[in-house]
Amino acid sequence: MSAVTYLEAISQAIREEMRRDEAVFLLGEDVGTYGGAFKVSAGFLEEFGPDRVIDTPMAEAAIIGSAVGAALMGMRPIAEMQFIDFITCGFDQIINMANKMYWRVGMPVPIVIRGPSGGGTRGGPFHSSSPEAWFFHAPGIKVVVPSTTYDAKGLLKAAVRDNNPVLYLEHKLLYRLPELREELPEEDYVVPLGKAITRREGEDMTILTYGAMVHQSMKAARVLEEENDLEVEVIDLRSLTPLDREAILESVKRTNKVLIVHEDTLTGGIGAELAAILAEDLFEYLDGPITRVAAPDVAFPYAPPLEEAFLPNADKILDAARKLAAY
Amino acid sequence: MSPKTLLEIYYFMRLTRAMEDRTRTLFLQGRVVGGVYTAQGHEATTVGAATMLRDGDCIVPQHRDLGMHLVRGSSPRAVMCQWLARGNSPTLGRDGQMHIGDMHHGIVPMISMLGESLPVACGVALTMKMRKRSTIVMASCGDGATNTGAFHEALNFASVQKLPIVFVIENNGYAYSTPNSKQFAIQNLSDRALAYGIPGETVDGNDVLAVIEAVGRAVEHVRGGKGPAVVECKTFRVRGHSEADKANYVPRELREEWLAKDPIKRFEAYLTTENILSEADRANIEARVKDVVNDAVTFAEQSPAPDPATVADYAFAPDGPIAIVGEPGAEDPRYVNALDTRTGKPFTTMAATTIKLPEEVGRR
Ligand SMILES: Cc1ncc(C[n+]2csc(CCOP(=O)(O)OP(=O)(O)O)c2C)c(N)n1
Repeated sequence: MSAVTYLEAISQAIREEMRRDEAVFLLGEDVGTYGGAFKVSAGFLEEFGPDRVIDTPMAEAAIIGSAVGAALMGMRPIAEMQFIDFITCGFDQIINMANKMYWRVGMPVPIVIRGPSGGGTRGGPFHSSSPEAWFFHAPGIKVVVPSTTYDAKGLLKAAVRDNNPVLYLEHKLLYRLPELREELPEEDYVVPLGKAITRREGEDMTILTYGAMVHQSMKAARVLEEENDLEVEVIDLRSLTPLDREAILESVKRTNKVLIVHEDTLTGGIGAELAAILAEDLFEYLDGPITRVAAPDVAFPYAPPLEEAFLPNADKILDAARKLAAY
Repeated sequence: MSPKTLLEIYYFMRLTRAMEDRTRTLFLQGRVVGGVYTAQGHEATTVGAATMLRDGDCIVPQHRDLGMHLVRGSSPRAVMCQWLARGNSPTLGRDGQMHIGDMHHGIVPMISMLGESLPVACGVALTMKMRKRSTIVMASCGDGATNTGAFHEALNFASVQKLPIVFVIENNGYAYSTPNSKQFAIQNLSDRALAYGIPGETVDGNDVLAVIEAVGRAVEHVRGGKGPAVVECKTFRVRGHSEADKANYVPRELREEWLAKDPIKRFEAYLTTENILSEADRANIEARVKDVVNDAVTFAEQSPAPDPATVADYAFAPDGPIAIVGEPGAEDPRYVNALDTRTGKPFTTMAATTIKLPEEVGRR
């Protein structure tokens, strides 16, 4: 058995779910003959045929809407957005059609909408977005953001088996990152939705983060240990909806200081809600201001110096963490 | 078509009209929660089109499609519970209007965003195609909805994938206050089909027999595996967009012209001339219509309001196996989509009490 990439883990998850359950199928732009823009579904068409690996027209409302219709029939479609940015073109099918269906009429809509998100790849304003906050705010959809190869596979399998709409955000920067190569278990496994994981234990401060920022936070935490003798706990949320409140509260109760890190822009982001939860539930436990590291409130920029200025990274996390530690 | 079938069609047209008339009365009495949208003048289109379907087929109706619902077996009680926002309505009071459905009986619940149901219809049809069924989907929309991106994405996708869908366009002249002339610059909306390589036909939507013929041809084409078809039924919205809309923007002569073409009166005249509808039949049908409507209203009025304590419930569907709808055993309660898991009881969109034409009607 060899170590696989984050992207291969995603590919394995879809392939194994399609083999396991004939209700699972994949649809999206260029997913068939071409194997997907990032080759997640390379070889799928040959294995599963054109009925279950559907090359669609470039039409996101048709893709997501069709997924909803099939799900109402009891299928478990996986709808690929070529880049997650294009999800806006199918927004209504998610917000008004899929998300409200079970609550309104009692019919489950088991769909997974997935695609490459995030920046750091010189993608510019339309190929770099982190759309989680829009969907985090919307009732009726689960939002999952894997940061490791193991989780990429396990969370996707759990998403496919879930009976609700699930938005699964892959980070394209992680797709082929050599450091993320991992040997995965031979046997079937899932990573349950709604469960955070502690990536690093510590008593001085908690970093709450997810997705690619987990790795930047880990880097910062290591430096803080070496240079500042600080033990920083890093919690990878993994699922934003449902949110693992218990894990968050348990950690911050111990560390009494919290830094929230996300790649998405600051205002109304996931961090805002986390801050509100902490302020409401742990007011007496906090020994410093709830601090956020996030992108500034503008669209995602293209030129490398602008992109670097825009994206949070280990250095920016270090700065914020040191200030918070000194508070 | 047999005389009995023709009488059944007539009955469903009358029932549709009567249900809506009663809903309007309830609205004027302040008993309906929210706005009321009715479809006087659409009955030939909605009832005629739905008559061409059979078991296993699926409708994807919109806000003026009570006629389709009733023909396909939706419950008048459920409809009235929706208008009155009762706790036992198909949406448990969480939604109103004609936003109801039951996949096991082939009815996709609409949302307010018109046109958005058409891509969903593609997904239902895609599943039928994948499962190699001979069933079809009938998806409707108004003239206004044909201007949305969703309409065009759906027609195109359906055509490329050769999906079994009959698209019924109910062109009633207006989208709210906006006449056809401000919506599109073509004569017939069936021409939109040509752009996607789909056969399209325009028909007098107030002539139920013409609708039946045209939709019948489309159904045959679609069931034959040749891909989707479009039928535009030209009709008219003789009342306001909603019951709160006086529709002063509609020229009086135009409305009168269409009122004179009332689909029920026309069909009744035909049935009488052809000696299909006797005086006794008419009385029988009228009595049945009255009974069904009264029963629905009484049932709804006696139904409980939703419990405020449940407001935050049912955010997510529970775990468990999901059945592929229409396959053997799909209604086994172990499946999460077999029953309404919110209540643990069967879905309530379909009629539990009989609303069928009385046996004696048409007996000679
Ligand atoms: C996408 C969308 N935009 C706006 C509205 C508000 N609205 C409700 S009905 C209507 C007109 C619909 O016209 P048409 O599709 O022709 O159907 P009709 O009501 O005439 O039967 C409008 C604008 C809506 N329901 N959906």
